[in-house]
Amino acid sequence: MNAANTTAVVTEPPVLRIAPPHGWWEVDFHELWQFRELIYFFVWRDIKVRYKQTTIGAAWAILQPALAMIVFALFFGKLAHMPTEGLPILVFYYSGLLPWMYFSNSLTNATSTIVQNQNIITKVYFPRLALPISAVLSGLLDFAIGCLLLVPLMVVYRVRPGLPLLLLPVFLLLTVLMAAGAGLWLSAMNAIYRDVRYVVPFLVQFWLFASPVAYASSIVPAKYRWLYGLNPMAGIIEGFRWSLTGRGDPPGPMIIVSVAVVLVVLASGLFYFQKMESTVADVV
Amino acid sequence: MTDAVIRVEGIGKRYRVGQRERYRALRDVLAGAFRRNGKRTPADFIWAVRDVSFEVKQGEVVGLIGRNGAGKSTLLKLLARITRPTVGRAELHGRIGSLLEVGTGFHPELTGRENIFLSGAILGMSQAEIRRKFDEIVAFSEVERFIDTPLKHYSSGMGMRLAFAVAAHLEPEILLVDEVLSVGDAAFQKKCLGKMGQVSSEGRTILFVSHNMAAVKTLCRKAILMRDGVVAASGAVGNVVDHYLLGAAPGASVKEWPDPSTAPGNESIRMSYIRIIPPEGHATITIDTGVLIEIGFDNLREDINLDCTVYLTSSDGVLIFESGYIISSDADSRSGSYHLTGRIPEHLLNAGRYSLNVIFGKDQQYVLFRMDDVVFFEVENTSTGRGLNMSVAPGIIRPMLSWRHSFEEKCSLVNPKIAV
Repeated sequence: MNAANTTAVVTEPPVLRIAPPHGWWEVDFHELWQFRELIYFFVWRDIKVRYKQTTIGAAWAILQPALAMIVFALFFGKLAHMPTEGLPILVFYYSGLLPWMYFSNSLTNATSTIVQNQNIITKVYFPRLALPISAVLSGLLDFAIGCLLLVPLMVVYRVRPGLPLLLLPVFLLLTVLMAAGAGLWLSAMNAIYRDVRYVVPFLVQFWLFASPVAYASSIVPAKYRWLYGLNPMAGIIEGFRWSLTGRGDPPGPMIIVSVAVVLVVLASGLFYFQKMESTVADVV
Repeated sequence: MTDAVIRVEGIGKRYRVGQRERYRALRDVLAGAFRRNGKRTPADFIWAVRDVSFEVKQGEVVGLIGRNGAGKSTLLKLLARITRPTVGRAELHGRIGSLLEVGTGFHPELTGRENIFLSGAILGMSQAEIRRKFDEIVAFSEVERFIDTPLKHYSSGMGMRLAFAVAAHLEPEILLVDEVLSVGDAAFQKKCLGKMGQVSSEGRTILFVSHNMAAVKTLCRKAILMRDGVVAASGAVGNVVDHYLLGAAPGASVKEWPDPSTAPGNESIRMSYIRIIPPEGHATITIDTGVLIEIGFDNLREDINLDCTVYLTSSDGVLIFESGYIISSDADSRSGSYHLTGRIPEHLLNAGRYSLNVIFGKDQQYVLFRMDDVVFFEVENTSTGRGLNMSVAPGIIRPMLSWRHSFEEKCSLVNPKIAV
């Protein structure tokens, strides 16, 4: 190699050993870290393409939760008089819709990512985990843009966050982890059973109503609330809303159960995905 | 360093074949789970690659050849880690670049510039590396003017040039290349081959799958022949390529009918054999060797004017020529076995597959017996008359024209700026 193109002195070239799949846990996080630039490029590509194809572009990231907020506020809040934890209606719904939309969009993107990228999966090697991971990460930009509306809303309605705000990043992280876990399951399943992606919109719909987005979890009687926590989005949405606004229940049994479920979904998702990974190039 | 850079031991890949559809639907799987006594057809298995072992030393350029379905691409995919082996192991020392397709990762909505970064990243280059080589890549691709236009507005040729430009600037220690050189026009292929030659002269190891025997013979010193998933031959490229071409006759270049009772024919003519072979002293039919046509038949009609005409058709269905031979013009045909030999001269037919129709006639007017598409044969390409260009020339015929040139020294003109 001529001197001009060595960025680092390599004493020995990397050795690659190829062997049939063995053992039941083969997730290589080190390798994933080595491919972090590729993950960045996938995220960059998804965002760029998404925005190039729409005329309203970034505005959609605000419009989507804002329009849903208006509809929910009108029908659930004003007309059906759902309890909103004492929060102004618009703030209540927006603060729940924001993480929810991130979650549901991530699920949709993650489900079809393996199939959509089949032309590169069958031609180049990279850890396939990079695809659902980048699908989940690319939604964060839309989430950040959506947050832009949150600030004026809270200012106008004089909702002041308190100390719980420090835990907001934790709940955000939980949302990402849950999206990742569910995304791993769905993307792996969709690569093998092509009709899975038709089930996902229904699943998301159903999940929305099972989560405290349109209503507060206070409608669930206290002694059953931990059971409600088995829906991981219950704990996540409540926690997110609580850390942002200070209203609602502080972390309790419900949220603890939710966190546990998130970890289980994530671990099992990783396991299922890497089991499927070795056969995906043959099937996709 | 002469250590083995690629070492493959007993690698095999098994696929499941059977009547199941390509994609499974979840609802079918669930429905099947409820049907306890649902019949499960025992899956058939096929070994696309079986018990393959070989070694490649550093700096070697090895050709991987074989018929379609022999397992070459699967072997390459195994080494490129796109699919996992069922059995066996392989060890590769060095970074691997896989060029299994031109334009990997290109997205039509992104501009040329953006696609260079994306494709480079997918192929394994770091951002810093891409930035460093960006100008070289653009220059090689010759699309500077359009570098900021979305790819969907590129012509297919431009897209390919850009794609290859990115791939050509990969600098892995081991390069796995699959047939990418067979796309594009002649000028482009020439560029690709030139780049490949340059890459190999830099000491990189290349494993190269191709159907283009001329390219394989020029670029590679060693070759591995695959047949039905196993290694059929390996060694010096000339020997292996000849081994392949000899065995690759589609089985239809020679047709023999030893038993007259089952041979095709009618009350006038009964076929005995038709052979399309290279002339004496040549192992295979190429554009440089010409073709020998041997027809043997039994004639049953006495005292007629007998003639035989062959029609040569290309694989595109174009009739190349019709050529007849008058066997007897004095109404003196005899009943018995006739053996005809005809010769298509060298430097006439272009490379490709051809089929032959044979018609036996009377008085050059009446058809006694005919056989359509009775044999197929293939003319192999060489780079005769085209320098280093190893692609198949366009056109139906491939004559060798005799060219000459002369030169005259002219006194230097006043304005040297006018240059061609």
